[in-house]
Amino acid sequence: MSEGHSTYTPKTGIERWFDARMPLPRMVYDSFIAYPVPRNLNYAWTFGGILAIMLVSQILTGIVLAMHYTADTTLAFDSVEKIMRDVNSGWLLRYLHSNGASFFFVAVYIHIFRGLYYGSYKAPRELLWILGCIIYLLMMATGFMGYVLPWGQMSFWGATVITGFFSAIPLVGNWIQELLLGGFAVDNPTLNRFFALHYLLPFMIAGVVVLHVWALHVVGQSNPTGIEVKSKTDTVAFTPYATIKDAFGMIVFLFVFAYFVFYLPNYLGHPDNYTIADPLKTPAHIVPEWYFLPFYAILRAITFNIGPINSKLGGVLCMFGAIVMLFLVPWLDTSKVRSAVYRPWYKLFFWLFVADAVLLGWLGSQPAEGSYVFMAQMATLFYFVFFLVALPVLGLIETPRRLPNSITEAVLEKNKGGGHHPAGATAAPETKG
Amino acid sequence: MKKILTSLALLGLVVVGVETASTGAIAAEEAHNAAAPTHFPIDQPKEMDWSFAGPFGTYDKAQLQRGLKVYKEVCAACHSMNLVAFRTLEGLGYSEGQVKTLAAEYTIHDGPNDAGDMFDRPGKPSDYFPAPFANEQAAAASNGGAAPPDMSLLAKARGVERGFPRFVFDIFTQYAQGGPDYIHSLLTGYDETPPAGMVIPEGTHYNPYFLSGVSLKMPKPLSDGQVTYDDGAPQTVDQYSRDVSAFLMWAAEPHMEDRKKTGFRVLVFLLLFGALVYLTKRKVWEGVTH
Repeated sequence: MSEGHSTYTPKTGIERWFDARMPLPRMVYDSFIAYPVPRNLNYAWTFGGILAIMLVSQILTGIVLAMHYTADTTLAFDSVEKIMRDVNSGWLLRYLHSNGASFFFVAVYIHIFRGLYYGSYKAPRELLWILGCIIYLLMMATGFMGYVLPWGQMSFWGATVITGFFSAIPLVGNWIQELLLGGFAVDNPTLNRFFALHYLLPFMIAGVVVLHVWALHVVGQSNPTGIEVKSKTDTVAFTPYATIKDAFGMIVFLFVFAYFVFYLPNYLGHPDNYTIADPLKTPAHIVPEWYFLPFYAILRAITFNIGPINSKLGGVLCMFGAIVMLFLVPWLDTSKVRSAVYRPWYKLFFWLFVADAVLLGWLGSQPAEGSYVFMAQMATLFYFVFFLVALPVLGLIETPRRLPNSITEAVLEKNKGGGHHPAGATAAPETKG
Repeated sequence: MKKILTSLALLGLVVVGVETASTGAIAAEEAHNAAAPTHFPIDQPKEMDWSFAGPFGTYDKAQLQRGLKVYKEVCAACHSMNLVAFRTLEGLGYSEGQVKTLAAEYTIHDGPNDAGDMFDRPGKPSDYFPAPFANEQAAAASNGGAAPPDMSLLAKARGVERGFPRFVFDIFTQYAQGGPDYIHSLLTGYDETPPAGMVIPEGTHYNPYFLSGVSLKMPKPLSDGQVTYDDGAPQTVDQYSRDVSAFLMWAAEPHMEDRKKTGFRVLVFLLLFGALVYLTKRKVWEGVTH
């Protein structure tokens, strides 16, 4: 869409001066003001903007926290408590940052599920989707390493368990694990390199976000109908239409975020992390942060050996495989229709997949014993069935509903019941969709 | 083909169904084995009314002062509170002078001085509560092999898993008192008799509220009348436990009142700002069918 001609005309002398040398104002104008967006975007499309402010918020609070934090196993825990007790508004910064990580993931999961539901990964948006998957991977690495920094019991044991996965890899596993740890066990070198990487990765995320947004501005946004933009009536200008809608979405999101920060700041954490790390005392249940729980459940679901692959390696392979699935989605889905709105069977499977992911998350928080193991195995099976069977097969056999000819037609059709307004008519009824 | 699809869909439903069924099974499995429980605590902590609960919760300063007294006269014999400085006790409603006097009651090992010697001096407000034992090994050796945990963060470091669906309701009720509830229940839970046939390891004490076993090394620490209150509050184990739990919540989260007050302002602002932005959004989109 940005292929279109730039409509920017510099009005002042300064603007002309810049435009001739480095057309930054033109880029901003074309990308965030005149940029055409489909007129039918719903609130699920506000999460891109929400994620951008969460990233900025995490970087800003993180930099100030880093000014007061000490990455040393004997001092780290107390330095975090110093922030909580003595640094001006330190408790606020730290709770914003720790809960911010969780809400960053809340937003990214909604963003990913939105993409899955509306088929936003389909051509020509495969690269856009993959860049998003890379951001998600970087976020997981950042979140994991950040959780180690307070040097509580879960920090230490979480790091021990997760780095232990790598030792399951044949031949190079132990080498990778020792490289990650900087030794044979989680210790001061681990904490130091995790701190360095935890500071670095967010800037790498920011870099990939730039690519993600760039790719987005080349192919344009998808929309709830999944039909490409065909004419000018299908779109509205980014500003004011999308900006004001995004702003409202952000405020609602921030409201929920603030509710947790100020009233339930430790709800998403684990009490054990308020006990200083003790390498000699293993907690009763080692549980990662909630946003890793589905993958943790998949890891632990593999309790049996498959030929030469023992259960540990099998678990690790399934866990990484679960993430690899996301990267393959653009090619696993064979449907010619993008949006689940017109795909009744896919819609059903999508919601089952959502339920399955939530179930896996809950199982990940439970001890791996008794019937939980069997449930986790079933849920893991369904997870892979969704990607490897449902996505390719449904596209071939499903009869989609009739697609409207254009976004404008879809919008008008939807509003027929409540309104008798042609496109652009005044006083259209508000709809959430 | 529809059959295949339906069966795949059913698989998803079955997974959810099995989950519900087996959660019940696990609960039943445990119930009939009272003498050898496998999951702890045996009893869920009792939920108490705390002045600091909820969106407008504040600490009851008189209660915190009583709790401090219980800590000083009972708990401090074995439990350190390394992260709490005397100066912060002004948050309990003490004046600067009172804090100075209170700090001076303690002897702080300091040094080295100009001659290179370590020396003892009275405490200052900038000092932290001194630990009862020189190191963790000494603490463990004097307490049957288990070092008593530091109490600075105890109220946030303890909590019994709430389980489904309670953890969902907790979001709306703002339940964040798992720590003090646990501590109170533990302190008042020593008098219960173990079920017949239960084996209590030697040197430990049965307590159905203990988070990680049938019994713990700490003997019953409080008894009625042990600590003298001068504000007329009942001098019972239950009252002592409530007071010291509230005090430990303060010790773990001294800025909680500030946090909740700020939170209220932030939410009111976001509500008003959100309403204005929403109205603006309606105005902007007026006339654009979407």
